[in-house]
Amino acid sequence: MESLHELHGRRGRIITDQDAREISRVEELSYDLKISEVMTSNVKTVSPEMPMNTVLEILRVNRISGVPVLENDQLAGILSIEDLVRCMEKNELHLPVRQYMSQKIVSVNAYDPVVKAIETFSKERKGRLPVIDEAGKLVGIITKGDITRGILNALQRDYHEEELRRYRASHLFEDITSDRTSLILRYNIKARDYLNGGQASSHIKRALLRLGATPQLARQCGIAIYEAEMNLIIHTTNGGIIRVQIEPHRILMQTTDDGPGIEDVQKALTPGWSTASQEVRDMGFGAGMGLVNIQRCVDRMELESTPGKGTKLVMEIILRPEERFKETDDSESAP
Amino acid sequence: MNLQEIVHQLNLTVVTQPKPLETIHPTGGYASDLLSCVIAGAKPGNLWLTIQAHVNIIAVASLNELAAVIITENASPDPSVIEKANEQGVTLLVAGETTYQLAGKLWEMGIR
Repeated sequence: MESLHELHGRRGRIITDQDAREISRVEELSYDLKISEVMTSNVKTVSPEMPMNTVLEILRVNRISGVPVLENDQLAGILSIEDLVRCMEKNELHLPVRQYMSQKIVSVNAYDPVVKAIETFSKERKGRLPVIDEAGKLVGIITKGDITRGILNALQRDYHEEELRRYRASHLFEDITSDRTSLILRYNIKARDYLNGGQASSHIKRALLRLGATPQLARQCGIAIYEAEMNLIIHTTNGGIIRVQIEPHRILMQTTDDGPGIEDVQKALTPGWSTASQEVRDMGFGAGMGLVNIQRCVDRMELESTPGKGTKLVMEIILRPEERFKETDDSESAP
Repeated sequence: MNLQEIVHQLNLTVVTQPKPLETIHPTGGYASDLLSCVIAGAKPGNLWLTIQAHVNIIAVASLNELAAVIITENASPDPSVIEKANEQGVTLLVAGETTYQLAGKLWEMGIR
């Protein structure tokens, strides 16, 4: 379960960190990919008047097991290896294709999603399906093998993109030399924006994973930020700002807002104490556990507040040696 | 016990997009309607039983990498909630029974 949090698919859609990710991504891809993207477009065709022994030769040379039959550029039928076997049993290889081709054509449209072809395959028990365009003209042929290949290629592209992102991000601290490098992420949080609650924390969690943080560290930061983010949404007058400063040896997270401020900071830190309204409690917030949860996740938490002025919450995680982000190796230049 | 068997035995409705539930093996469960308690108490891979059906349960489930959220007493999530769940890869299940009844059954089934 502790793989990367989420990654953007080839069409900018988001895929997530479940173990089943690749499998459900395959399902998603079968809706996402068009038949035209996976089909074979360079199709061998035959004419209805062609003798069957010529077709036998075409199938043998091209190592295929069926061909569409075209008459005046229109799809007139399909001839499969089964038809050829029937013909050979009767010793009629001199007869034209027309005698043996199947005229009951099941085709799919080039602009349909791949899932349409999968459904047709399971319904029709065919080995291949001719693909036609909007004008009904044959533009390709699709087999189950084409689908498998197409989806594997798309998955490969996805994987490669995320690898690239991870690679670029994870070398940030190594690639930039300074006496002290830090990366600052800033998020503006709107008051009462429950719909987007958790968005900033989920982005921060993903950023940390890309930078090479351990899943445990990313989760810890995600939880601390989530609680702080919800506090800004639930309690502030005008929303607030989340600022995350990532350094090789520590993560400093801070939220600031301009009011209303907390009357009694000590009370606010008491487990179970909350000022949340009934409306907010009905949504499951206001358990009075937010700040307690944060304390559990971070090494240092400081809450400063002035009623009427605003609140500042500082959270710091000091990274253990094995958690630290890799930095430029100075040992070579050292005396 | 995998999630597919749990869905079948407890007669749950899967409201999010299909995924191979038989590959998900819940590590335990947690029941609460208070989000912060879930954040503190639920462990990655747990099932979460709640009557809450609004959009914020998705962030909690995703942050905590929960196996699935079981929404009890037929509380029905809005289409926007389901969409968000699909986006984040969170599995949402709906049950007719109460949280108490379901927790009892899950415990009996060995999800502890």
